[in-house]
Amino acid sequence: MNANLVKRTLAAVVATGALALGMGAAQAEDVKAGFVYVGPIGDHGWSYRHDIGRQAIEAALGDNATTSYVESVPEGADAERVIRQLAQTGHNLIFTTSFGFMNPTVKVAKQFPNVKFEHATGYKRDANVSTYAARFYEGRYVAGVIAGKMTKSNIVGYVGSFPIPEVVRGINAFMLGAWSVNPDVKVKIVWANTWYDPGKEGDAAKALIDQGADIMVQHTDSPAPLQVAENRGVVGFGQASDMIKFAPKAQLTAIVDHWDEYYVARAKAVMDGTWESIDTWGGIDSGMVDMAPYTNMPDDVKALAEETEAKIASGEIHPFAGPIYDQAGELRIKEGEDATDEMLLGMDWYIKGIDAELPK
Amino acid sequence: MVRLEPRRQHSQAMVYLSPVLAILMTLIVGGIIFSFMGKNPFDALYTFFILPINNSYGISELFVKATPLVIIAIGLSMGFRANVWNIGAEGQLTMGAIFGGGLALYFYDSESMFLLPAMFVLGAIGGAFWGAIPALLRTRFNANEILTSLMLTYVATLFLSFLVHGPWRNPEGFNFPESRPFPDAGLLPVIYDGTRVHLGTAFAVLVVIAGWILLSKSVIGFQLRVVGKAPQAARHVGFRQKRMVWFTLLLGGALSGLAGLFEVAGPIGQLQPAISPGYGFTAIIVAFLGRLHPLGVLFGGLIMALTYLGGELAQITLGLPNAVTGLFQGILLFFLLACDVLTKYRVRFGTPAAKGEAA
Repeated sequence: MNANLVKRTLAAVVATGALALGMGAAQAEDVKAGFVYVGPIGDHGWSYRHDIGRQAIEAALGDNATTSYVESVPEGADAERVIRQLAQTGHNLIFTTSFGFMNPTVKVAKQFPNVKFEHATGYKRDANVSTYAARFYEGRYVAGVIAGKMTKSNIVGYVGSFPIPEVVRGINAFMLGAWSVNPDVKVKIVWANTWYDPGKEGDAAKALIDQGADIMVQHTDSPAPLQVAENRGVVGFGQASDMIKFAPKAQLTAIVDHWDEYYVARAKAVMDGTWESIDTWGGIDSGMVDMAPYTNMPDDVKALAEETEAKIASGEIHPFAGPIYDQAGELRIKEGEDATDEMLLGMDWYIKGIDAELPK
Repeated sequence: MVRLEPRRQHSQAMVYLSPVLAILMTLIVGGIIFSFMGKNPFDALYTFFILPINNSYGISELFVKATPLVIIAIGLSMGFRANVWNIGAEGQLTMGAIFGGGLALYFYDSESMFLLPAMFVLGAIGGAFWGAIPALLRTRFNANEILTSLMLTYVATLFLSFLVHGPWRNPEGFNFPESRPFPDAGLLPVIYDGTRVHLGTAFAVLVVIAGWILLSKSVIGFQLRVVGKAPQAARHVGFRQKRMVWFTLLLGGALSGLAGLFEVAGPIGQLQPAISPGYGFTAIIVAFLGRLHPLGVLFGGLIMALTYLGGELAQITLGLPNAVTGLFQGILLFFLLACDVLTKYRVRFGTPAAKGEAA
């Protein structure tokens, strides 16, 4: 009797233990992450940096993670199919890395409630859709400080992609940085109306340098404008990734997108079942925005750049600290206040002093 | 010395066999490329050409993707038969989307059942209007329609970009360059639940049938063929070439415009700066792949659509680069043209006996 009871108890304990183990195993889900890129991974900019983040997931999670990607997906009717195909082929975490993928991402997410979606730079979230972006304007402020010190002609050439808040905010932040050290800087802006078209981007850069610009800034994804700067003997800033090998004599620094930690953290969250829908907007302090090494500049400018970067990270400097007026002279941000995230996200106005008109 | 000599009589069977031959050779060369890339060629070809359509959803997506290609290519093939080279279908597509989509944006809170039919009409008018410009320039000033229609494409896409960045930008869209979403009354109904197959797909089938009847049974179809094959003879019997230019450019434009409208009122649902990944240009390949025949165009459209879907899956499951899609389309066109040349010409080695080498 007693022996039997012991046996039975033991069996029950073993069974419970096995059950617990089984549940544990079920919770530690393997990650199969899919990525949708708007450009080719060889753009050396935006999509390239996302792909580095994808590789970071594989490196960090090893056998527990597999990843795949689809590149150069047009922002249109095709995106929905690609996202759905990823969801259908067993991916449980899908990153869609361009603003134009927002609506298709949300639409497919509704049909696959068990799949987690991460959409970059958008504003629509759902129970299984997170959004994330980086405060690149912080890096642009640092770049502006450097430009203000380095320019001789006091003309900065700026190649923009589209006049969306992200880009307008970048121009404003850059000029606030530049004016903090040199109030005479002027900016000339050319809209390339593309994120990635080396030919168009390069032509825009040439036109700007012909107009006297001796600093080249870009908010497009290929190294072409920086390469033009290198050939024409002026200096400039890399975009999204460290582009020093394309312009060893011209790159001052680059605002580097650093998605690795975020991507690994999100993949781990899927793995241990703690993934939740969140909105992330990380800046220099979070590591999402990284500055490439400061090169091709005197030591005092380098020291100033490093100091500015550190102060932004610590919160001592906010690029959009009031008072800030718009072009019409209206006070947008009061003295002693900083721009709210809401204002930054919808920014569709130039600050006072920018001698250009926002395309309407 | 290698030269090409016209065959006195070329095999009629080969005219229709050459696309099949071109597809087969594309598969073989594709397989070889895959094996050089370290992939099992049979796995890769399976992923590229079978996997996308091995379930009903995949087949439905194939139809969705082929819809604009087929509609545009039918219109283009009529023109190509009559030696009217409309290269600007992409622009006509864009204008159709602007005209028809503009109506949906103007009545953005409409629930009227007449909105969608009115959008169809405006879409066709927009495309036809954009086709009418090269027609006018050709018939009045003898300007080459290849150049004018191509250049007008860029005008159209920039005009769309201007609209969605400016006057037609969604006031609730955070300044992003896109229009308001169309109202439900301005969206194409899905004709098969759970898929994206929309009314436009059904229309594409109608266009194929109508194109076939037009070409084989109607007087104008006969004129198209004669003008293309024997312009001198056509002039003798009094067919007016100018009228052919107008007819084919207006028809091609209207169909392209409708295809554009179907894209924005179907899978996209709003206007945005990029509405077509080059359907207007890909449709040129589709027209030739289909031998400028409506039924052939239908198959050509499905095959080109398949290369897009296969390219996406090859990236997802095999990790192949996106460039493979373009590579496949390029190889296919190359073999098609090569087969056509060899059908019409004979390769001769050595110098010609009588004539000089000027030819």
